[in-house]
Amino acid sequence: MIRAVNIHKWFGDLHVLRGINLDVAKSEVVVLIGPSGSGKTTLLRSLNFLEQIDVGSIYLDDQEIDHKQAALNKLRERVGMVFQQFNLFPHMTALENVIEAPVHVKHMPRAEARTMGLDLLASVGLSDKADCHPSELSGGQQQRVAIARALAMSPDVMLFDEVTSALDPELVSDVLKVMQQLARSGMTMIVVTHEMGFAREVSDRVVMMDEGQILEEGSPEHFFVCPEHERTKRFLKEIL
Amino acid sequence: MSLYWSIFYHNFWTYMAGARLTIELSVVSLILATLLGLFVAFMNLSSLWPLRLGAEGFIGLIRGLPLIVQLMFLYYGITAVLVLPAFWAGSFALAVCEGAYVAEIFRGAIQSIDKGQYEAARSLGMPHWLGMRRVVLPQAFKRAIPALGNQFIIGLKDSSLVAYLGVMEIYGTALLIQADTFRAMQAFAVAGFFYLVMIIILTLGLRRVERRLNASTSTEVRSSRAQKAFIRDRTQELS
Repeated sequence: MIRAVNIHKWFGDLHVLRGINLDVAKSEVVVLIGPSGSGKTTLLRSLNFLEQIDVGSIYLDDQEIDHKQAALNKLRERVGMVFQQFNLFPHMTALENVIEAPVHVKHMPRAEARTMGLDLLASVGLSDKADCHPSELSGGQQQRVAIARALAMSPDVMLFDEVTSALDPELVSDVLKVMQQLARSGMTMIVVTHEMGFAREVSDRVVMMDEGQILEEGSPEHFFVCPEHERTKRFLKEIL
Repeated sequence: MSLYWSIFYHNFWTYMAGARLTIELSVVSLILATLLGLFVAFMNLSSLWPLRLGAEGFIGLIRGLPLIVQLMFLYYGITAVLVLPAFWAGSFALAVCEGAYVAEIFRGAIQSIDKGQYEAARSLGMPHWLGMRRVVLPQAFKRAIPALGNQFIIGLKDSSLVAYLGVMEIYGTALLIQADTFRAMQAFAVAGFFYLVMIIILTLGLRRVERRLNASTSTEVRSSRAQKAFIRDRTQELS
């Protein structure tokens, strides 16, 4: 579905991604873990070109992504992203947030978009919040609106960038439940998270990153029970 | 006191005609300045250095010269090539001058919007300009309103300098009446009164705009409602 080949990225002198190869199949749920500064967020942002990569290529459905702006806009229509800080548009209601891109990018008729938007909000458990502005919603509710907003473009792949890290602990489970439901429905997902419970129960594959490289990867059963690398063992011990 | 009243009373309609010109000058230059300011702000935020250099140069030059010097320069400069009524020469000069300040207001407001907003727009497949128009600019405009209002008040008062191009707006009218009657204090006091009234009206109008924009999204206005809804939800979740 989405494939990254030999990705390198520098921030000035800092070599943050050092030859990453990642191949994610359709309907696969991949969790990226690793210590902070290991490059997992940068890798995720590179996959939809929010970060410009310096070396390497990204393939979507075996088609290499051209770096031209128009091609990138098309790519981003197919790759949804959810951010740590939600980034909802504060001047729009929840429903307006959800239908903004379908109406203005895909030119979907407004009535049709509204119906779809209300369905999506219902699917994340927020049908009664359609007319609320983000400032009236809790963090967990905002994040669920953000997921609905990304889904509104009917993407083929969803990227989640530490989406529960900015939430109060008791609001985390609502968001994780929505993600779990999405995984079950067959969505291809790449998830950067520190929620090891989610990695263990929902993911098909766990990828451990350190210092801009993929250290090891495997099924969650294998990964959490008998990790190969010393660094992985230490990391898991620290966070579990 | 009766002298002030007499100047006011006998020249009321002359001043009113001047006030009309002042308003026309201010509105025309305000609209042009907003467009110019937006344009220069975008140049300044561009990734292309020649555009940034142009914007910086323009702003530096305009802010570094007194308005009266710019007015004379533009008036005699423009009229040397093409005959332009003093009103339009004045409007353009005011717009260019105000535009430089408005450009800086817009640049600051746009830069103050969290980068995540633009990234979220791009991540949804929105092209650069659509993301700017639908997501960044509406928020930036709202944030710019207080500073813009300030600038528009300054612009209205600065329009008095256009009197030196022979436009009979309020200040020009006062100069004329002073020459006619030799009542300098009275003629300018009445002019001052007209300016004051116009600026009070403008200030009240701006305050209304600000309040209306805030009512739609502000956290303060809605906080109590939001809090109640939030507490209600949480109790439901817990029970």
